[in-house]
Amino acid sequence: MNDGYDFHSAETHIEVHKFRTGAIVVATALALLIQAASPIYFSKAAILDLPLLITIYFGLSRRNPSTGLLLGMVIGLLQDSLSGTTVPLGLYGLAKTVIGYLASSIGARLDTEHPAARFALTGLFFFVHQGVIVLTRRLLLAQPEPWLTMRLVIAASVNAVVAIFLFHLLDRLRRP
Amino acid sequence: MVGLPSRHKSLVLLVGMILLQVLLLAVQIKKDAQGRLIRVWTVGAVSPFERAGAYSVSRVRNTWNHYFALQNTSRDNEQLRRENDALKMQITQLQGKAAEADRLAALLSFRKSHQEVPMLSARVIGASADSASQTIYMDRGERDGIRKNMGVITADGVVGKVIEAFANTSQVLLLTDKDSGVGAMLADSRIQSPVGGTGEPLLAMKYVANDDVVKTGERVVTSGMDRIFPRDLPVGTVAEVKAGNPFKQIRIRPAANLERLEEVIVLLTLRPLELKKDSSAVPPAAAPAAVTP
Repeated sequence: MNDGYDFHSAETHIEVHKFRTGAIVVATALALLIQAASPIYFSKAAILDLPLLITIYFGLSRRNPSTGLLLGMVIGLLQDSLSGTTVPLGLYGLAKTVIGYLASSIGARLDTEHPAARFALTGLFFFVHQGVIVLTRRLLLAQPEPWLTMRLVIAASVNAVVAIFLFHLLDRLRRP
Repeated sequence: MVGLPSRHKSLVLLVGMILLQVLLLAVQIKKDAQGRLIRVWTVGAVSPFERAGAYSVSRVRNTWNHYFALQNTSRDNEQLRRENDALKMQITQLQGKAAEADRLAALLSFRKSHQEVPMLSARVIGASADSASQTIYMDRGERDGIRKNMGVITADGVVGKVIEAFANTSQVLLLTDKDSGVGAMLADSRIQSPVGGTGEPLLAMKYVANDDVVKTGERVVTSGMDRIFPRDLPVGTVAEVKAGNPFKQIRIRPAANLERLEEVIVLLTLRPLELKKDSSAVPPAAAPAAVTP
């Protein structure tokens, strides 16, 4: 029994990272800006979901479900605001709230510093994020959105790969 | 959030934020026919309570109206009952007046068709005080030209004859009285025979031989032989025929409803009359307004 995994003791062994002042705000703002601007110059960039990656990263790093879900909600609502009239306010907010909470909860239990873990978790969260969006669209908007498509699988893979490099970059914003 | 473990705090916060954003979505989303989703949800959430409230209010109101608010119902009921009685009485009076109008119309019609006979309308004001005699009293008497032995009829048929004439009233012996009689004949066979009262509702036709054929339902009319009634006035119909010794026993149902007389016509003449045949019949001098009721 002593070999069993103890969540509480595991939580105590995982480090909660602190970031430089304004790092989260600046990173979030840049992610939203790039997300909104890049498809204008490069249409394929729309496959990326930088706000989602930021939510996942800070959720995994901060490891506090409350701040994670609040950060996810704010990022999501800002993304909704920038998405135009076709996206109702709250669609991405809802999905990113869930992701922020899940990422923070998992980050508090597992070591997510390894690139493979980050790839896998980002891919998983991408699907969950998309699942929440589809669910919301189906239930609230009565829009018959497909649950799983090849484009979604590709997007999940691309985002997961990008996440490895992006998260490494963002690690530099941590306080020593 | 105070008192909750950290994990539960965040879970509660998550649920709260999700609900908040779902609400936010609902405010924005518009369903095609039902308006904004928030309204659909709100109505959906509120309407069961509204329905329950309306049902409760309805029940309470019903209970109040049917059990507690009945303090004036008894009074209203009594008033309505009184009104109902008054209306029933009015209806009865109106029916009576309508019946009277019908009778008067029949009398008028009869008089128009027998204009050569002087007549006077009279109202029945009383009946005999004893059951042995069949008499009635009229509101017309000697001052109106009525004399003893004048014939009394209705539009339906013969009633009887005047047996006493007072100043303003007169007494009439009905056909049904034992002492009453009228010269009559069978309308089809023209067999003549007096018809008299028996003290019962049916009359008796007396002297018809057993050999004569008399059918039930045959009409009996006046023969004019009694010098009181003109010929061919309805007396009644044959109700029963039996062989007798030495004459048939024939029962006649009176044409006039002798049990319910209200208005009658008095034939103001003591001379023999012939309806539509004898135009020489004149009213007596004592009856100047003989043909007016």
